[in-house]
Parts: sequence; C-alpha cells; structure tokens
Amino acid sequence: MTKQISLRQMHIHQKGTIISIAAGGELGRRIRDMGLVPNTEIEIVGKAPLKDPVALRLRGFTLTLRNSEADFITVEVDS
Amino acid sequence: MPKNLTIALAGNPNAGKTTLFNALTGARQHVGNYPGITVEKREGVICTLDTEVHVMDLPGTYSLTAYSQEELVARNYLAEERPEVVVDVLDATCLERNLYLAVQFLEMGIPLVLALNMVDSLPGKGISIDSGRLSSLMRLPVVETVGRRGIGKEKLLEAVVNQAAERQGRWEPLRLSYGPDLDPVLDQMAADIEKADFLSDKYAPRWIALKYLEEDEEIFQLCAENPALNAGLYKASSRVSEHCQKTLNMHPEAIIADYRYGYIASILKQGVISTTTDIRDRVDFSDKLDQVLTHRVFGPSIMVFILYALFHFTFAVGEVPMGWVESFFAWLAGTTASLLPDGLFRSLIVDGIIGGVGGVLGFVPLILVMFLGITFLEDSGYMARMAYMLDRVFRIFGLHGSSVVPFIVSGGIPGGCAVPGVLAARTLRSPKEKLATLLTAPYMACGAKVPVFILLTAAFFPNSAALVMFLLTLSAWGIALCVAKILRSTVIRGKSTPFVMELPPYRMPTLLGVMLHTWERGWQYIKKAGTVILAISILIWALMTFPRLPHDQVEHFETERQELLVLQENTTTDAARAALADRLTALDNREVRDGLLHSVAGRLGTGLETISGLAGFDWRTNIALLGGVAAKEVIVSTLGTVYSLGEVAAEDSGSFSRRLAADPAWNPIRALSLMVFVLTYAPCFVTVVAIAREASWKWAAFSVVFNTMVGFVLAVAVYQIGNLIR
Repeated sequence: MTKQISLRQMHIHQKGTIISIAAGGELGRRIRDMGLVPNTEIEIVGKAPLKDPVALRLRGFTLTLRNSEADFITVEVDS
Repeated sequence: MPKNLTIALAGNPNAGKTTLFNALTGARQHVGNYPGITVEKREGVICTLDTEVHVMDLPGTYSLTAYSQEELVARNYLAEERPEVVVDVLDATCLERNLYLAVQFLEMGIPLVLALNMVDSLPGKGISIDSGRLSSLMRLPVVETVGRRGIGKEKLLEAVVNQAAERQGRWEPLRLSYGPDLDPVLDQMAADIEKADFLSDKYAPRWIALKYLEEDEEIFQLCAENPALNAGLYKASSRVSEHCQKTLNMHPEAIIADYRYGYIASILKQGVISTTTDIRDRVDFSDKLDQVLTHRVFGPSIMVFILYALFHFTFAVGEVPMGWVESFFAWLAGTTASLLPDGLFRSLIVDGIIGGVGGVLGFVPLILVMFLGITFLEDSGYMARMAYMLDRVFRIFGLHGSSVVPFIVSGGIPGGCAVPGVLAARTLRSPKEKLATLLTAPYMACGAKVPVFILLTAAFFPNSAALVMFLLTLSAWGIALCVAKILRSTVIRGKSTPFVMELPPYRMPTLLGVMLHTWERGWQYIKKAGTVILAISILIWALMTFPRLPHDQVEHFETERQELLVLQENTTTDAARAALADRLTALDNREVRDGLLHSVAGRLGTGLETISGLAGFDWRTNIALLGGVAAKEVIVSTLGTVYSLGEVAAEDSGSFSRRLAADPAWNPIRALSLMVFVLTYAPCFVTVVAIAREASWKWAAFSVVFNTMVGFVLAVAVYQIGNLIR
C-alpha cells in the first residue's frame, strides 16, 4: 500500500517517488532544473541540526531544500 | 601555420569544470569581469602544436534560463561571440542531471563536445558508463576525463579541433518532442518567429518559442520590442498554458522539463549506465561523512572547531613570514633614514611611505594563509555544509545560508579582507539578501583591524588577550547578524532566495586550484596595499605635517634647545646631564605635539573631540581613526606616529603597547571602546568601491554613514557603561 505525503513529512532514510510539484516562478524553476520532476525517485539522507533544511538523494547526487520549499512537493511512499 | 580557435567551457557547478580549465590552461589564464555585471570572467589559452585555443570558462550553471546573471552571461556569450565549440563538462557520477544542461545546448544548436569528467570516481560507486554508446546515441563526441589529474586532455583537444573543423561554426538545433499539447503550438510560434525574421542572427526560431513558453524573462523583454509578433506569441502561449493546467494540472514549463529528462532517461536506458554492484542500498561515502559532519550535535561543534583551528593555523603559520616582512621594512626604514638627509623628504619616505605601506605588506603572509584555508574549505565541499547547517539560523536574520562565505572571507575568522568577501556575495541570487550581506560583511574582524586589537589587548588585557579577541570575533558576528535583521526589516525588505542547493561530494582540492584561487584573492589585497594605502599613507603624512609650525614658535623651541645644550656642556655630574637629556627629549616631544596640533589632521582631530570624547577618544585617536576611514591598516602606524617621541618611525608593537599601557590617559575601558569602534565603523575605501560595484554608490555611501553611526553608538555605550561599572 502506498500513500501520498508532503516531502517535509518524510523521515530520514525514507524513500519515495515524486508525484507532483506545486511550486511556480523562480522556486519552481530551480527545483525543476535540479531534476525534481514527477516520477523521480528520492531518498531522504539527513536533516540539518535544526531540522531545516532537509538533504535528499536523487539522480546520483545530494540536494538540500528548506522545509518551506519541500512543502510544495508531494511524494508517494510506502505506508 | 598556427590556427586560432575559440571555445567555451561550460557545465554544472561542482562538475570539475574549473579544475579541468586549470589543467588545460595551467597558469595561462586571466580573471576579470564582464562589463557592467558582477560575474567573473575567466579566460585562458592552450597552445598545441599548431593551434592556439582561446578558452572561455563560462560560469557554472544548472540550466540556461534567464533568471540568474550567470546563466544570462553564458547564454549571451554563446549567442553573440559564437565560440566554435562548447565543451560541456559533465560530472559522470550524476550524469542524468548534468545532461540537462547539455540538452539545452543541443537545442540551441551550438557545436558541442561532452567531457565526461571524474570517471575515476565511478568504480568506487559501482557504476560504469559506456561512453562510446553515449556518444553514438547522442551523436556527439564524448571524451572521458579526470580533470584533477589532467587525464584525457589531449583526446579532448583533439575532439574539439575535429568538431570545430567539421561544424565550421554551424548551429544545428536539436528538435525534441514536447508532447501532443505543446508540439503544435511550438511549431506555430516558431513559424511566426521565422516569418518575422526575429533574432535570426542569434537564436533558432523554435528555441525562442520554447523559451517563450518557459516564460524566459530575457526573451519576453526582447519580444516586447516587436509588438505585433509578441501579441500572437502571447495569445498562443497563454492558451496552451491554460489548457495544460486544466487537463494535466501542469504548467508548460514543468512539462518541458519533464520531457527533457524523459529524453535523457531514454538515452541512458539504452545500455549507457550499468551498475556493477547493487547500488540501491549503497550509502555514498560523502553522505556517510555527512552523517557525522552535519549531525545534530557533532555538526555545529565540529564546525566551530574547524573555524577555530583555521584561526590558529593562520596565525601560527602566518606569523613566521610576517616577522620576516616586518624586519625587512624596519631595516629599510632604518637604512633609508640614515642615507637621506634630515628633512621633509626623509620624513615622507620613512614615516609616510615605508611606515604606512610596510605595515600593510607585513600582513600579506597572514592574509594569504587565511585565504588558503578558506579556499581549501570551499573546494573540498565543506563550505556548502556550513551554509546548509547555518541556513536556518541565518534566515532568522533575513540572510541566507550562503551568506556565511562572504562573512568568513571578510574576517569571520579574524584576518580576512572584506574586498574579496564582498565579491563572494555574488552567489546570493536575491538582491535583498545580497545587499544585506554586503552591508554587514564589513563588520567582521578583517586583517587590517587585527593589528589594532593585538596592540590594545597586549597593552590592556595582557593575560586574556586570546579571550578578548574571541569575544570581539563573536561580537562581530552578533552585530553583523542583528544589523542584517534590522536592515531586512526596514530598508531592505523583500523575498528570500530559494535555498535549493547541491551538496557536492567531498573532494580533495587540487593544489593548483587552491593556489590559483588563493592567489587571486590575495592579489586583490596586495593591489589595495600598493595603490590605495600608498596614496593614503602619503596623504595622511601630508595632513599631519602641514601646515608647519609658524616660524616664531619654531625659533622659540630652538632657543630653548640651545640653552639646554649649552647647560649640558657645562654640567659635570652624570645625573645632571641625564636630567638635562630628559628635558631635551621632553622639549622635542612638545615641539612634535604642537606641530601635530597645528597641522590639518590635528585641527580635525581636536575639532571632533567634543563628540568623540563621549566614546573616550582624544584628538590623537581621532587622527588615527580619520586615516582609518580610508584604510584600516594605517590606524596602528598613525597611532604610532601621533604618540611617537620625535622622529622615530614605526616601532615594534611590543614597546608601543607598553607605552600605551603606561600612559595615564589610557585605560582598559577606553581601549575596549576603541576596539569596538574600529571593528564596526565605515568600511575602508576599497571596500566601499567594491560595494558600489556590487550594489550601487547610494548603498556604498549608506554603508559609510550607517556603519559609522552604529560603531559610534556602540563605542559610546561601551565607554559610558564601562566607566559607570568601574
């Protein structure tokens, strides 16, 4: 069974597949340029000491996002 | 016959592009600025047997949209200068994302060669790439390279030369399909653009149409110049945009990105990448290291430790050559003083020039070592982790995690320089955050302020000098952050930049890369010394010397002197003679003091005393501080001169400290207030110019006035409260 959650709610080491990205404008562009598009597989590899930003692994590299930016991304995970 | 070839090097940040550039050009490179914009322009030359290749190292970019200066610069350079070949440097360990930029080059049509860089990291990750297959599938030359070791250089040059010969500068745009919703619209828009012959000398029609759908700002601006065409394009694009939102719940931009990655995936799927071990559960080495280095508790502690270690390393290693330089200038001053006849000229050379400039150049070794350490941290990838860990904190103050680099370079660890620090703020995309960083980075304990601190802590806090320095450093950060918050809540309100940042794998920096980068930054500091500080030193010397004491006063002193000398000749006891010698010295002091008070500098200093007294600064300190407005390096040497006994030039800090400590007018509170003021007041002249270039003259002027006000308020607070406590 799978469920859809916001990327912010994922735990460390959890994996998922991106469903949709609701960000527009410059943020949307930045996110897309880095390869965060629907059907991308990601894994959360860590969070900063203050739990923000979050570090995730995708397409062979590590990307960091603020929680407020992660809010725009919906991910499908195993429940 | 030697041929000439112009090529450009492009690629993602962290793909090793600059390392490859260094390997190709060696030290035959030159860094400058693109006119009018704050983007670094790096070019070099490669000389092969029969061809001279001019290489333009384009700024690292993830894509070719127009929302950042770097991307615009890259794009415009390609469209206007039309280099014969573009070498796209790809990080083989994350090929998918790196190919996103390559696809955009292909859509532009420019002749491309792919440099598959960092192939030596592949076995460690259990990945292998069939570059031959990639080459035939993409119909492009692909050369495997290891930039840090120079492997693949020759093959790369060969491929470049061949590609240039074959394409002869022809642009052949790749036509990708963007799905049934976008393709027909693109075709229509492209046809219209072609009919209007719009920008045909720069870009292909379909590329322009594509960029229009992507809401590219530069293309929007250019199209607005052709209203008839623009109306049609706008109608078509808004119609399809509405359609896509309704049916697919996606904006055309997102669909385009999706299809590009789809194209890349379709190529890579055909046997290009194969994994030799099960990599699904493999944890990358860098990620493992980050589990410790960005750990909740260990992360910040290790960061503070590393910064402190860097601070110690700088002073320990830098002190040795610093001593040599200082001895050299002391020797030079002494020799010149003995060679030249007494008088104005000698004073100008010895006190003005050698004293002023020598003091500054003495710090070059220290600055270079500091920059070496910082460059190492940057190139290894650790700075990105610092930005990552600090972002949450910095955001509270209206800044960005990336603001940490300008802060550190400017002297966050005592001993930097705000000139390269201000330049380092270019990575901040949001103009508001960049401006706030520019205006607060000068609060850091730069290498010019450190001698003042060393002097005063040695004199007044001899047993806790290190602690006071540490507290001053912390105060610098605190003041910078608080002022940033105030500025961002009032005069510089605005959105924050997206953080979306790559954490590059940890890499061992190359010696050549670190050396070059360190030297570039150090050179900025040295240039400053050679020009501005030299000029300022001469100016200050002039202001302190002229106008000279009026004749009658000079004669009065001379008469007194002669009387004492005659008396000295006639005395018999040693004690009496020594007493007379003291009186002569005191006379000399008084003459110098009166001369100084009479000069322009002296009058300015005395004039300011009514306000400066609130912070505990007397006229002598004021003179030194006025000089410091132009360059902080001259504060100590000017203090030395205004307190000096007679014509003795720059004495060593030790004995000067002792003299200050013994001076009844000075006390620890006054020293503290002076240190706080020096830390925060107006940035030095060269920094002001750098701020003007990165922002505007209005803001540069603001920084001078505002920072001085902040400094004064703080200094007065320290002095008044300190006196109350005492």
